[in-house]
Amino acid sequence: MNETQRNEKYNAYIKSKMPKTKAWPSLFHAFWVGGLICCLGEFIKELCLYIFPYMTSLEASNWSSIIIIIIAALLTGFGIYDKIGAYAGAGSIIPITGFSNSIASSALEFKREGMVFGLMAKMFVIAGPVIVTGVLVSIFAGLLYLIF
Amino acid sequence: MFDDPLIYLKVFLVGGLVCMIGQILIITTQMTSARILVSFLLLGAFLEIIGVYQTIYNFAGAGIAIPITGFGASLARGAIDAGQNLGLIGVLTGGLTATAGGIAAAIFAGFVVAMIFNSRTK
Repeated sequence: MNETQRNEKYNAYIKSKMPKTKAWPSLFHAFWVGGLICCLGEFIKELCLYIFPYMTSLEASNWSSIIIIIIAALLTGFGIYDKIGAYAGAGSIIPITGFSNSIASSALEFKREGMVFGLMAKMFVIAGPVIVTGVLVSIFAGLLYLIF
Repeated sequence: MFDDPLIYLKVFLVGGLVCMIGQILIITTQMTSARILVSFLLLGAFLEIIGVYQTIYNFAGAGIAIPITGFGASLARGAIDAGQNLGLIGVLTGGLTATAGGIAAAIFAGFVVAMIFNSRTK
């Protein structure tokens, strides 16, 4: 048996063993949980504007993201966000809460590998690529508008 | 505060739709969450660059801003605005300045949570 055949066989085996996500229900779960998280963000923003009438809309959006980021990190600590994630899939990953969860859960998971090289370094296992791409694309966008 | 209750319906529908597209990507391509986040960040930045993001934002508010697309759009918008005002240095500082609040909050909250709690995944 040559190597390609073996790899194909292995991939087929892995595929048969992988947990099958039922496609249609999971789409619905992602939809309503994701939508609800966004509504929570909108609600916090309007609450900020209501309590602090002189706040600009941009400041209020910033506060709303910061607040739900902190809520998501806490829920991760209590182990609740993992349960939401298992149910909602992308509905819990794509909102900014998923970004916060990725940092908090990696930090928790790698704490046992030490403070500096565990917690602090590996908290960016998932968030790192996001921040790197973000910085690169922002420089690209800025240059594009500066030149044209 | 609830001048326009309809906004919540729009936020729910658009936000839900974005997440559902993500779920379709996960099912069809087996993407990991880091790749999903990067893809939607790029999508948000792209929408901002071509000027479509603001239109969607005016319609759906948090429905497009709370998903990571909003993070990408803030990065792009920050660098574009600062670049126009300050020149080349603005291009470098603008993106992270606009999103610093979110990144700092996520790092701070993640750090504190990791110090207080212990991992539950065995």
